Formats: sequence, structure tokens, C-alpha cells
Amino acid sequence: MIEIDRVSKRYGDAAVVDDVSLTIPAGGVVAIVGPNGAGKSTLLSIVGRLIKADAGRVRIDDLDVATTPGRELARRLSVMRQENHVVARLTVRDLIAFGRFPHNRGRPNRDDADRVAEAIAFVGLTAEADRFLDQLSGGQRQRAFVAMTLAQDADYALFDEPLNNLDIHHAVALMRLFRRMGEQPGKTVVIVLHDLNVAATYADRVVVLKNGRVAGDGPPAEVIDQRLLSEVFRVDGDVLEIDGRRVITVAR
Amino acid sequence: MPPDRARAVRLTTGIVLLLALLSAAAFMTVGARGPWSFVLAHRGIRLAALITVAYAIALSTVLFQTLTGNRILTPAVMGFDALFLLLQTTLVAALGGAGAGAIDPRLLFAGECLAMVGLSGLLFRLLFRGEGRNLPLVVLAGLLFGALFRSLSSFLQRVMDPNDFLVLQGRTFASFNVVDPALIGVAALMSLAVTAMLLPRLAELDVLTLGRDGATGLGVDAARLSTLVFALVAILVSASTALVGPTTFFGLLVANLAYLLVPSARHADVLPVAVGLAVITLTGGQMLLERLLGFGTALSIVIDFVGGVTFLLILFRTGRR
Repeated sequence: MIEIDRVSKRYGDAAVVDDVSLTIPAGGVVAIVGPNGAGKSTLLSIVGRLIKADAGRVRIDDLDVATTPGRELARRLSVMRQENHVVARLTVRDLIAFGRFPHNRGRPNRDDADRVAEAIAFVGLTAEADRFLDQLSGGQRQRAFVAMTLAQDADYALFDEPLNNLDIHHAVALMRLFRRMGEQPGKTVVIVLHDLNVAATYADRVVVLKNGRVAGDGPPAEVIDQRLLSEVFRVDGDVLEIDGRRVITVAR
Repeated sequence: MPPDRARAVRLTTGIVLLLALLSAAAFMTVGARGPWSFVLAHRGIRLAALITVAYAIALSTVLFQTLTGNRILTPAVMGFDALFLLLQTTLVAALGGAGAGAIDPRLLFAGECLAMVGLSGLLFRLLFRGEGRNLPLVVLAGLLFGALFRSLSSFLQRVMDPNDFLVLQGRTFASFNVVDPALIGVAALMSLAVTAMLLPRLAELDVLTLGRDGATGLGVDAARLSTLVFALVAILVSASTALVGPTTFFGLLVANLAYLLVPSARHADVLPVAVGLAVITLTGGQMLLERLLGFGTALSIVIDFVGGVTFLLILFRTGRR
């Protein structure tokens, strides 16, 4: 369980995350949505202990992220950031092998190699395993970083806008992959998304942020509605229901 | 790592280290006249200095580039060697030439090293405070600080007593030809101590190539590791600057050549090759200049020329991407 308890973060006078409290139980896929600048990425970074909160606490299975040793946390929690620029010339396999670091501290054994190969196969990069990252397309590189978090095998996996730069085919493939991850026992996937339709289609639960505060929280069928479009995203549009799924169309 | 790539890494390392050994041997023997006991003792001291410098510069540059996630920057860009020269200048100006001369040079050097670690650590803390993600700012500040340190040094040199200035000149005009033998032992010892601190952390350094966030996500305490490595870099820069003075582009040259040659990003694979290349460049280059070109020019000029061209090439290539 991820417990976010009255977390705030401000840059200068602007509160980017403003007194957010949220509990994410283990299991399933949780989407965090909201307009630009709502504090989605900042909140995710605080949970992933990449940024320190100014106030409040975040606990992962009762471990405070601010005080628990990084090594301990890395086995329970993985984070994939939006920008993943690596200077070093790494192959896909090199990169994904880093995911095993929290478990083997840089001394890989046979089990690690198997898990790396598994992760590579899971994202469909087996043919590219020994290519260098700079020889890959944007989508392949994105999937390689996802595979690294797969290899890390943490109970909670956080992803910040993982669909950036992906065409619809790869976006759908990646979201299906996240669903498969989230359906494994004891695994929780938290994804920051900006596309409401994607959130409605793949998430078990949608958390809406606006101006650093929680503006909605629940299953997509309850959260994604006309009010959300007009009040949070400030667009005119319709929410349709097709095959029991919410679909958004915006007015021209 | 697939076996063929592991073999390629071993082969490259083997060849580079063999060449380094050959260059060192050539440096010791080519063109020797007079009794061997004299030649070997005389050249041995200089060989020890060159190898220490090669080691310190190669290591400090690669580590620094891992820290900054950048392959164009070297500690010289951060104004580290300028800071060391300023330290020496300030010391002589404060104590006077005679006063500074009375202190054991090894003790003096150790003190300067400590001051370097402290001051650069301060700089580091100043610039990396907060979330510590603003590297361009750090680098710009480094450039500015470098200029500031150099200006302060030359200001002090202008106003100091001419006799003190002569003493200072003797100390800071070190070059590949003139090395203070008293310092070689200390510098080598410090480099070895740094190595001992590094060895258990090589795997964590590999993870640090993913950047601060990536490393943090994998459970590496990036802030603590960076601080430690930064201090080690400061010690290595002190060692090399004290021995041969500032070398602007040398580190850049060998580090990038090593990245180019070694088909692996692991520090355990890159560092030995970088050191080997540095030894080849220094001992081989010095030997060629002394024996074949008759001291026609200074090695540092040649290295800075080649290194500068490399720098531009890398810059253009990164710019195009």
C-alpha cells in the first residue's frame, strides 16, 4: 500500500503539490491524470523519492520513503521518469541488467541473466537485445526502460508519462503490458497519463489532480464525466459510453 | 555481456596495456648514453611522475564525466586546477617565499590537497544544493570560478615581493620536463588511496551513468556517492597539478579515446584503458619529443593541440545529433 499523507511541495510561492493525501492499495493499475502543471509528475517523483517533499510523508508498505535506505526501497519500488537520457553507450541488455542492481549489487548471477532475458522478451526486444540504445527508435528505447523496471521486479512500479513520443500502436502495446504487470499478484502500477481515453480504457482507478490538489478519485466510470472535462480540463466535450467504457470526444 | 564482446574488451585492454608498457620501456631506454645506473635512476624518477600524472588525470576525468553525465567537461572546466594554483599562490604570498620554502614540500602538498577537497566540496555544496539537477549552471559557475581563480592568482603575483614570486614560479611552473621529485611519492600514494576507495564502488558508479534519478531509483545514494567521488576527483587533480601543472585537454583526449575503444560502459572496463592510453600518450609522446625532435617543443602544447581538435570534433558531433 502506498500512503501519501498531507504531502506538499512548493517552488517559490507556487504550491505544485498542495496538501495531498491519498492511499493506493496494492494491486492493479492506477492512472494519475490532470491538466498540465497540475503536479502529477512532482507527486510521482516525491513518491519515488526523487524529490523531497516540503511537508508530509509518503510510506510504501509502512516504510517512509524519506528515511528508508535506498537499497531497501529499490526492491519494493521502481520509478521511470519522463526524460531518460543516457550518455554512456549501453546495449539494451546492459540497460535492463541495471534493473537487477538492487538485488545483486553489481554481481549478476545466472538467475539475474534469466530475469533480464525474460524482461527483454516481455517487451518484445529480443532481436534488439545487443543493439546500442542510440541505435533504437524512440518507442524501442521507451520499452527498454520499461523492461528495466520489469527486471527490477518491484512491487510498486511508477511511470511518468511513459507514452510520450509513442505512436498509437506502441502506446497500446505498452498499456497492455502495464495491465499484465498490474494483474500479477502483489504488483501495483502507477502511471501518470495525460490522455483521458487511455486512462479510461486501461486503469482500474483514476486519480485526478488539479492545481496540486486531488480533484477526483475512483474507478474511471465514476471519475471521468462531463464535470471533469469542463471543470478540470476546461474543454467542451462529451463523455460517451461504448461497450461499458467511457470515451471522450471534444467539441470542435 | 555476450562472450564476444567480453573478449573484445579483454583484447583491447590487453593491447593498450602492452603498448603502455612498451612506451614506458622505450622512455627508459631509447637514446641512453652513459652508465645505466645513472640513466635508469634519472629517467625512473620522471617515469614515475609521468605514470602518476597519467593515472590521476585519466581517473579524475572519467569519474568527473560520470558525475556530470557529460563527455565534454573535465575537472579543468570546473576551475579545479586554477583553484590549486591559487592556493599555492596565496600560500607563498601569505608566508613569504622563505616561509613557504621552510615547510616540507610533502606536508605542504598534503595540506594543499586537503584545502582543495574542502574548497571544491564547498563549491559542490553551493552549486548542488536543493534538488541538484541544474548541471549547466554548475558548469557555467565552474567556468566563472576558473576565470576568477586565475585572475586572483595573477593579481597576487603582480603585487607580491619579486623574491617570493621567484619561489612561486619555481613551484607552479612545473611541466612534463621538470618535476619535483619530493612530491612524486606523495602524489602516487594519494592516487593509490583514491583507488582503494573507488574499487568497492565501481558497480555503483556504473549505475550513476543512468543519471541521478536513475541511480536513486535503483537504490544508490546518488548524493552521497557524488560527494565522495567529487572529493576523490579533487585529490587526483591536486596530485596531477602539483606535479606537472594544468593540462587542459589531456584528460578529455584519453577519456574519449577510451570510450571509443572499449565496447563496454562499465568503469571496471573503461578505467584501465583510459589509464593505459594516458601512459602511452605521456611516456611515448615525451620520448618522441625528447629523442626524435630534440626538445623542439613542449609535450603539453602538442597534447593540448590534439586534445583541442578532439574537443571541437566531439562538440560538433554532439551538436549535429
